Amino acid sequence: MDTEVKTVESTFQSRNQHLSFFLDNATVLGVLMIAPAVIYILALVGYPLVLAFIYSFSDITIGSSHFSFVGLENIQMLIRDFDFKTALYNTIYFTAVSMIIVLVLAKILALILLKDFKGKFIIRTLILMPYVAPISLGVIGWLWMLDSIYSPINWLLQHTRLFGPDFWPMWLGKPKLAMSAIITVHVWRMLPLATVIMLAGLTSIPQDIQDAALVDGAGYFRRLFQITIPMMLPIMLVAVLFGIVFTATDIIIILVLTRGGPYGSTQVLVSKAFYTGIDAGDLATGAATALFLFPLLAAVAIFMLRIARRAEIA
Amino acid sequence: MPEVETRGIAKHFGEVKAVDGVDIVSSEEEFLVLLGPSGCGKTTLLRMIAGLEDPSSGDILIGGHVVTHLPPRARGIAMVFQSYALYPHMTIYKNIAFPLKAMGMPKDDRDKKVDWSATMLGIEHLLQRKPRELSGGERQRVALARALVREPNVFLLDEPLSNLDAKLRTSAREELYRFQKEVSITTIYVTHDQVEAMGMGDRIAVMNAGKVRQLGKPDEVYTEPADTFVAGFLGSPPMNLVETQDRIVGFRPECFLPRQMHEGSSDVISLPFEVKRVENLGADRLVYGRLGELFNHAAVIANLPTSFTNYTVETNQSYDFVVPRNDVKFFNIKTGLRAEPIPL
Repeated sequence: MDTEVKTVESTFQSRNQHLSFFLDNATVLGVLMIAPAVIYILALVGYPLVLAFIYSFSDITIGSSHFSFVGLENIQMLIRDFDFKTALYNTIYFTAVSMIIVLVLAKILALILLKDFKGKFIIRTLILMPYVAPISLGVIGWLWMLDSIYSPINWLLQHTRLFGPDFWPMWLGKPKLAMSAIITVHVWRMLPLATVIMLAGLTSIPQDIQDAALVDGAGYFRRLFQITIPMMLPIMLVAVLFGIVFTATDIIIILVLTRGGPYGSTQVLVSKAFYTGIDAGDLATGAATALFLFPLLAAVAIFMLRIARRAEIA
Repeated sequence: MPEVETRGIAKHFGEVKAVDGVDIVSSEEEFLVLLGPSGCGKTTLLRMIAGLEDPSSGDILIGGHVVTHLPPRARGIAMVFQSYALYPHMTIYKNIAFPLKAMGMPKDDRDKKVDWSATMLGIEHLLQRKPRELSGGERQRVALARALVREPNVFLLDEPLSNLDAKLRTSAREELYRFQKEVSITTIYVTHDQVEAMGMGDRIAVMNAGKVRQLGKPDEVYTEPADTFVAGFLGSPPMNLVETQDRIVGFRPECFLPRQMHEGSSDVISLPFEVKRVENLGADRLVYGRLGELFNHAAVIANLPTSFTNYTVETNQSYDFVVPRNDVKFFNIKTGLRAEPIPL
């Protein structure tokens, strides 16, 4: 009996001495658990970001080992550059228009998916598809669909007599059409996630509140604009914030579909930064171009988060 | 204020019959309570009256007009939800004004109305706050003010007191009762709490499994239960139900007392009672034990008021308990419905 008690005690003690120090100490364990994430972010996001900041104030290029600081010269040069201004305008236009379209469509889709109907499962799967497919493959698919000679979209529209026999738009070859095309593809790509976020926002509104509004005599649009949307605002803002930052910093659709063309009409800041910094080897100008929107995007992020906090729901 | 009537109203969710043919007529200005355990269909019935749920069959009439297929806003009803369902992003003022705005009332009239209803419920000082800044009791008043503000024909209340703590619930019950009498609006009140039902209801509809088992005044439902469900649901502890011959015999624990306490009344039934356990609850003593041979030693409970001090009960002792003959109810052993008395 006595010996049994002792063994039990000694097991407890040995655990106390070794493992429990780490497992029971919130400070030590907390630091240990969060360390991998912090190291990862510092190494793969923090370090390149700092490097890019340093480069943007220098005259570094790929081809030489020369490095000296030039202050704001790169930025001043960019502001005077016509191509840069076009790219800046394109970035803002591309981001704003595609975000508005995504928001409206995602909201409508989420409202539809909230209802019960036959085939809801299939529709939901189809809507989520663009998000699941590898994005580069998806965009290559679009490249073929928008091809100047073989476009099945044009073929279909011509054969359904929606286009006249001589009407054959070159989606990626005309400035305005090219911009519309990349916006369309971007919307196609962003819509699934935005819909899922909206759906989460919608389902988080208690049924009682919707019922109360119905009993209080509110019609569909009054409920939508005075109850549903205000109550979804925090989560919608998160979606918008994510969307703006994502759209303004993404490159893959433009790289695959138009490479910034025709005549720079779809060139955005990130693609321009890539072509200047990596393709042309002017690291300094590339870094300055890429970081030009950084203060603006940071301001957008802070602004959105502040509104989201103010619009908190009890 | 108009009456509410349901005619054979039913709601089926697939195979499940949530509400299974309910006929109720509330009279004008009445406080009618729908009482039953959770899942008995009382909330579904209320939601159908509100127009939030389409009935599978049957009709709903308010003030003699069929409203079965009218939307909630056309029914002249107001509803208070269990969660109060205040709009969290609006101030209390905007919450109360919301139904008026939906009616398209001009701002001046709206202000007057909101003031009137807020004063009525004593929440004028809260109008500029947000719901999250209020206590449970205050939220409940806001919900009532929002319901009252457009002067509905019918109030529908879905367990409005269940989110309050026990102490507040007692005073809120009293207030709600006085409020209903003051505004004289026909009220249908859903609850699973028999104390609320007995205390506030002009009449109680006891529901189980989608059906109304009994509809009557509180004392009627309590003393003359229509079937064994009602007998077993009302009262705390509920009616003792024991089988004998082809009947179920029921008697309330508070009527089942030592012979000394029924002195003077001659028409009593004597039941030998073997005490197993005594629970002292402060005001009452609950005595658990078994009856004699005649009732197959069935387990029953007696409820002795603590004020009856000169009587001690010991466990594992037999005592001579009696029940007044009038207080013994008989039920059919198969259907559970009330049956003719048999000699005991």
